[in-house]
Amino acid sequence: MNNLSQAIPFFGKRNPKLALIILLVLAFALPLVAAIFGRTWVRILDFAMLYILLAIGLNLVVGFAGLLDLGYIAFYAVGAYTWAFLASPQFGVHLPFWIVLPLGAAFAAVAGILLGFPTLRLRGDYLAIVTLGFGEIVRIFMNNLTHPVNITNGPQGIGQLDPLVIFGLEINRDLQITDTISINSLFLFYYVFLGAVALAVLLIKRLQVSRVGRAWAAIRDDELAAKAIGINTRNLKLLAFAMGATFGGVAGGLFSAFQGFVSPESFTLMESIAVLTMIVFGGMGNLAGVIVGALALACLPEVLRSIALPVQERLFGAVYLDPEILRMLLLSLAMIFMMLLKPEGLLPAQARYSRIEHLPGMKGSGQ
Amino acid sequence: MIQTLLQQIINGLVVGSVYAVVALGYTMVYGILGLINFAHGDIVMVGALTALSSILFLQEAIPGLPPVIYFLFGLLVAIPVCMAVGYTMERAAYRRLRNAPRLAPLITAIGVSFLLQTLAMIIWGRSYHSYPQLISTAPLQIFTGVFVTPVQLLTIGLSAALMLALVVLVTRTKLGRAMRATAENHRIAGLMGVDTNRIIALTFIIGSGLAAVAGVMIASNYGVAHYSMGFTPGIKAFTAAVLGGIGNLAGAMVGGVVLGLIEAIGAGYIETWTGGWLNSSYQDIFAFIILGIVLIFRPTGLLGERVADRA
Amino acid sequence: MKAKLLVLALLGLGTSVVYAQEIVKIGHAGPLTGNIAHLGKDNENGARMAIEEENAKGVKIGGKAVKFELIGEDDQADPKTGTTVAQRLVDAGVKGVVGHLNSGTTIPASRIYDQAGIPMISPSATNPKLTLQGYQGVFRTIANDVQQGSVIGKFSATQLGKRVAIIDDRTAYGQGLADEVEKGVKAGGGSVIAREYTNNQATDFMAILTKIKATNPDVIVYSGMDAQGGPMLKQIKELGIGAKWITGDGGCTPELIKLAGDAISSRAYCTQAGLPLEQMADKTFKDRYQKRFGTEVQIYAPYSYDAAMAIMTAMQKADSVEPAKYLPVLKKIDFKGVTGTVAFDEKGDIKNGSVTVYEYRNGNWMPIKH
Repeated sequence: MNNLSQAIPFFGKRNPKLALIILLVLAFALPLVAAIFGRTWVRILDFAMLYILLAIGLNLVVGFAGLLDLGYIAFYAVGAYTWAFLASPQFGVHLPFWIVLPLGAAFAAVAGILLGFPTLRLRGDYLAIVTLGFGEIVRIFMNNLTHPVNITNGPQGIGQLDPLVIFGLEINRDLQITDTISINSLFLFYYVFLGAVALAVLLIKRLQVSRVGRAWAAIRDDELAAKAIGINTRNLKLLAFAMGATFGGVAGGLFSAFQGFVSPESFTLMESIAVLTMIVFGGMGNLAGVIVGALALACLPEVLRSIALPVQERLFGAVYLDPEILRMLLLSLAMIFMMLLKPEGLLPAQARYSRIEHLPGMKGSGQ
Repeated sequence: MIQTLLQQIINGLVVGSVYAVVALGYTMVYGILGLINFAHGDIVMVGALTALSSILFLQEAIPGLPPVIYFLFGLLVAIPVCMAVGYTMERAAYRRLRNAPRLAPLITAIGVSFLLQTLAMIIWGRSYHSYPQLISTAPLQIFTGVFVTPVQLLTIGLSAALMLALVVLVTRTKLGRAMRATAENHRIAGLMGVDTNRIIALTFIIGSGLAAVAGVMIASNYGVAHYSMGFTPGIKAFTAAVLGGIGNLAGAMVGGVVLGLIEAIGAGYIETWTGGWLNSSYQDIFAFIILGIVLIFRPTGLLGERVADRA
Repeated sequence: MKAKLLVLALLGLGTSVVYAQEIVKIGHAGPLTGNIAHLGKDNENGARMAIEEENAKGVKIGGKAVKFELIGEDDQADPKTGTTVAQRLVDAGVKGVVGHLNSGTTIPASRIYDQAGIPMISPSATNPKLTLQGYQGVFRTIANDVQQGSVIGKFSATQLGKRVAIIDDRTAYGQGLADEVEKGVKAGGGSVIAREYTNNQATDFMAILTKIKATNPDVIVYSGMDAQGGPMLKQIKELGIGAKWITGDGGCTPELIKLAGDAISSRAYCTQAGLPLEQMADKTFKDRYQKRFGTEVQIYAPYSYDAAMAIMTAMQKADSVEPAKYLPVLKKIDFKGVTGTVAFDEKGDIKNGSVTVYEYRNGNWMPIKH
């Protein structure tokens, strides 16, 4: 969280502790503020949290290890379908979340290794197209595994998934505190997802400065040199794929529980591209940037959706462009101009490990 | 049985030759800039819809001309329009990003792709447009039970001609030499007196012109056009370019045709080969599976050379 | 900047609420962008027309003059966006919802409407599962896939030929319908000699059609949308296939005829859940629609119109716009809509969901007896 808190203007650098506190308060208060504008915004924040999880996972692969992955959503799908298989009437299996989520993560990790093995020798754009293909392969299999044995229900999707129950508390239901006061399930989900994001952030912070994290950075910056100094690039790349996939798997399981329904339509190539856009937009390789990017891009289309119509009416007195079209137009322009003006993202990564003062936790020693 | 196989080969060649023409655009840009121009597929769409509008305009203005005239008119309007779009794209969106981190232009390209689709939606609306069939689609029987239509023959012929022209351009002309030099190394090419900015712009212009032709051919062949019609051919052509070895012209052509054949034959025979376990619902992933297998053994594609790593 | 715009937007919303009458919001959700945006717009238009016509009549509920207002949302045919817009509609305070278009978006969205206690009526989601979830306020004005698929299957096997090839587009709609067609064909004494698959973005069907041609079918069933059906007919002709061709309501549109060009012939059939436009109880619907929107009815606009009407009629009968009050009335509603009698069974499916078979003749789909 340090990085993120440092990104807060003014306070960030001067008083990191205060900044961290502000950040935590903001994270907790966010849904309450959003709720003023309607529950929709809480739901959008819920999805934004899932996107943050995905972005953190993808950033690990692309930002840290430098492996361009255009099929990341496949791991999300694996996690989501694991939940759908093991906690729904589909096969009559109803396992609790603390079994299903880790299993989903594990399956996703296995899928990551399966993808990693054949692609180890590939670089850059070859890797991009193979991973893109992998994403499509997973989606098309989900869409078609109804024959000769019905496994996924195909395009019909799997419905009536089990709710998320944590310590006897059902997150999919409003929490009744007294007869009249209850907490809406959307808020409950927000805090569950927030917890997952916080765990992920802590984990990544540790990982980044560990031996493994530094080795990934070395591979990203110069693979040959990394090999030369004795880094086992093969195993480390596989590890990057597997760990990145784990986050996707967990996010997928949570998504399933939240939606109560999964179908292959949710795991299209456009979703992979959306997550990639988020991390590049925010600042690849920088955890804070990635989180900001995911939050911004998950909310931006919805903000545009709400303002497109009234703004046009007030400015021109008539609606010239359908709000949907305007939304698409503004989103695409935002993507182009953002990249033209700040090609490194909103909060660019500073860490090129060639300069010691950029190593997290080693501030000052190099100055 | 042999008729079915022959027919599938024809089907594959038609689809494959379109993939190849689109793939050339991808591969040219990649060869010179190392950029995956995600919006290239949408240029195909712009070509098809521009041609549609101009054909309808001419049919309205001067009815009764031979169909071929309308067709050529559509093509002659679509090509310069697409070239202009391609040039604008390079000038406005990509040029400033030449030295940016390598994913930035990719995101820009995705943005341009969305932008083109949205603009097309504003101009041409959301619905599917019926495309005038100016070149005959009446089936000709070439063997017993094997059919081919004039528009399919034209697609294959035109694609082959374009590819040949491009190869001549790149290998035999001064411009081509400048393009190859720029692809090899921008800075050195610049030092040798090549105006690299001009060459890069020209690459986009030529690629977009090819995409325009591909768009018109796709739409004429299937008789429909739509604002999102460029996406799927774009992805497939990109796959084809990588399959052949991206950055390599011959590779793009081979990749396109091979991909077309794999899709047609795969969809036709997969059920028989797997004893009913798999079927044509997996048509769209054969390309990716073959791609994966090829790249395991030849990591730079069928005809690819060793490309220097880019960080 | 963003914040400023948002404030501006809120001001805009705020000022528009000052009206003498009571405003009752009715939601509509369907894809307004993407591949089937034309169908989404068609649905929205249907609901809009119903609302405008009721407003023109001047409705009083609970003693107050009431003005209905349509809140249209774009669900992009995407399940996640579907739930987001569902929540938006709930937040906007809609009293009832017409939508969504696709089964894949309708099913997850229905859960949100159910939790909010808002009734929803889909004009076009035909997946049987939708009404089997045990939700009280979920209805549809269209026959489900089971009814339609069995008609297509039986009609094909008994009237068109015994050897049937089925192609579906691997969407929830296409696959669901195709499975029912397969059962129908068997029930009608025919045999399914080939099942092939495509997708809802494809334009090239040559490979699967070539394969089907080798099995020499009497009839080809296509279970999918018009945008694929049109080009498919062209390619059937180009391959010299002489089989008859039939499709479900997704392809039973003027759009398909336009897209198929000269490749469509009297060997093409389609079915539609419900009655033909010409035979609908209200024969003027088609003209009214054309006059209002300047385009032709695609498919589901009449069903969407009836869905909106069902909600508004129930409100008037219950003399309340509150979901809890008018839902019991809606469950038992029985009125003459554009598509015929609108009444729901205990699950929420339309009663007597009839299915009509059409044949292509003289540039139009013409209903035939079967």
